[in-house]
Amino acid sequence: MTASSASVPATGPAMKLRPRARLAVAAGRIVAWASRVVHFGTGSVIGGRVSLLIDKNLLAELTASRDVAIVSATNGKTTTTKLLSTALGSNRPVVSNWLGANMTPGIVAALASANPTDTAVLEVDERWVDPVLRATNANTVVLLNLSRDQLDRTQEVRKLAEQWRSALTATPPNVVLANADDPLVTWAALAAPNVIWIATGQEWTADASGCPACSGRIDFVDGSWACTSCDLQKPTIDVAVTEDGISLQGKIFRAPLALPGRVNRVNAAFALAASSALGADLNQAFDALDDVTEVAGRYRVATFNGTNIRLLLAKNPAGWHEALELLEGPSTPLVIAINARIADGHDPSWLWDVAYERVGDRLVIAIGERRHDLAVRFRYGNINHSVADSLEDALALIRQSPDFDTSVPIDVASNYTAFQDHLEKVGGVL
Amino acid sequence: MTSTPPTNRAESAVRIVSLYPDLLGTYGDGGNALVLSRRLEWRGIEVEHISVDAGAPVPDSADLYLVGGGEDGPQVQATRELDQSQGLHRAVDKGAVVLAVCAGMQILGHTFPDATGTSRSGLGLLDCETVRVDRPRAVGELLTTNARLTTAHGVVELGQLTGFENHAGRTIPGPTSVSLGAVEVGEGNGDGSEGVVTGTVVGTYLHGPALARNPRLADALLEWIVGPAVMIPLHDPDVDALRTERIAAARDHELAPRRSWRDILRRS
Ligand SMILES: [Zn+2]
Repeated sequence: MTASSASVPATGPAMKLRPRARLAVAAGRIVAWASRVVHFGTGSVIGGRVSLLIDKNLLAELTASRDVAIVSATNGKTTTTKLLSTALGSNRPVVSNWLGANMTPGIVAALASANPTDTAVLEVDERWVDPVLRATNANTVVLLNLSRDQLDRTQEVRKLAEQWRSALTATPPNVVLANADDPLVTWAALAAPNVIWIATGQEWTADASGCPACSGRIDFVDGSWACTSCDLQKPTIDVAVTEDGISLQGKIFRAPLALPGRVNRVNAAFALAASSALGADLNQAFDALDDVTEVAGRYRVATFNGTNIRLLLAKNPAGWHEALELLEGPSTPLVIAINARIADGHDPSWLWDVAYERVGDRLVIAIGERRHDLAVRFRYGNINHSVADSLEDALALIRQSPDFDTSVPIDVASNYTAFQDHLEKVGGVL
Repeated sequence: MTSTPPTNRAESAVRIVSLYPDLLGTYGDGGNALVLSRRLEWRGIEVEHISVDAGAPVPDSADLYLVGGGEDGPQVQATRELDQSQGLHRAVDKGAVVLAVCAGMQILGHTFPDATGTSRSGLGLLDCETVRVDRPRAVGELLTTNARLTTAHGVVELGQLTGFENHAGRTIPGPTSVSLGAVEVGEGNGDGSEGVVTGTVVGTYLHGPALARNPRLADALLEWIVGPAVMIPLHDPDVDALRTERIAAARDHELAPRRSWRDILRRS
């Protein structure tokens, strides 16, 4: 693993920090250690919070003498952060928070233990782009997509696009890498002086039909898009993601990558283009990406209760749109798990925006705390389904199915907290 | 405000229109169209469902119109386009049934607040006014006591209505409207009632979507159009299980946060 993370031992780098910042880092470490001892998790976030209480400017200080790249999105930011860390790691030391602690406290905790000149690749929550950009003066900003996620607690996607736009205006980075097929991202990124536009071929456009610039209507035609009322339109692209690979700087980097699906070709395209903007050699960076076979447990293949399973994460309609690409085709049964805890959003009515019908004739077992919501969705989709109380029970049902095929892993696709539960069952993050 | 049941049903499919799903479809509203279509198909009744995006002409000859929830900006745009088109108004004059959810209900009333809180004229198809109130958004499970709907075929008992609500306005039903039911858990209209019904136009704050969780409401809307004779009972064990679980969750005040330490640490 080329990227270091928040769990680096607290030996401490030789950093020229002010005494207050040194105290803040030390206090954060002690609290994080105490938190780990009582099994509250990695402790990085609570440690970071304590550090920031002592020195609220700590993030600026910790990033003063290093290159910083920020990665934000509704979907794919953890994976892209990991891919970019790996691509850059092919020729320099990198520090990252790719385990998903993606607000200022988690970022501070990840950076506090690293060498002060290591390049930082930071996954940043969509709502935290402005404060993190201001504090770090990041020179590279990767903006993947914006779509509906957890509407009962987060802001409307349009407001997030406005926040991104004003963040890029207030603190212009050297380069922004932006999704040219996402009108919300495009409008936000146009505020930056230098943008590398990536054609992702994104098919999910349901959250961007209203123009972010003028509230007019966006028309999507033949792989392009334009507002019918103002001059906002798909920009001229620099990088393209195609069926057989990634085309940039006149070269084609051939798929497949180790990570499956079109969505990961997109994530890899952003990682490659960003690593090149930061001075990495493209061929070396592309080769490094093959070492990434899972990201924080996503795509992990593991044996659980004697059955091979593959863990997939999908937490909103846009994410499911991509995940279903991997789930349509085979005939083996699969498991879908939905929770609606605070981290998932309490309102799973978005299940009706997902075309679960794409799984075809496969038997689907619904589990998770909102398995009955799923079952009703499947019933109205005329999808062959059953309900089980746990992953164990679901796999027991599947082993009895005539379509059970021991030669392929059973896909277990889950939303956020359900995924974390399943990851813990198979041994947690490697 | 006539509610004449269309005749010669057997000769043509039930026509359902989802209005402006590109502007108003935030809370899984497409689910309502799917539920209605399937409940007709399972009874052997032909159905024709179309989605009409903003900018396209609104047909006035369908039997049932669905208007979903949405954000502030699209809500205003949808109102402007529906007002210009007048297709929905003509359809209602001819007796079409309408189900409008959340923002959809608000814009069908006489007035509703826009993003800045300024009161705007609605479409006037529902006798109600929605005003901004100085209190936090109503977000959470919404449960009514036994609800009912008066259709062309008499009073239909809907049982308890269950759903999720997420809205800021308070809706005041006018003298020519009735509510669907009384609120047991949640906010609803804000005065202890939930939903507004004016003639054949039904508004509700319930999503989840509403008809997936409340099959009797779905069937009442369909029966309004096709008559009771063809509405043979359906066996809904998945729906029954969901209703039982959600009604219990609402009564347990599930959203009074059930957050564990583990969740908080994971998130952060
Ligand atoms: Zn525009």
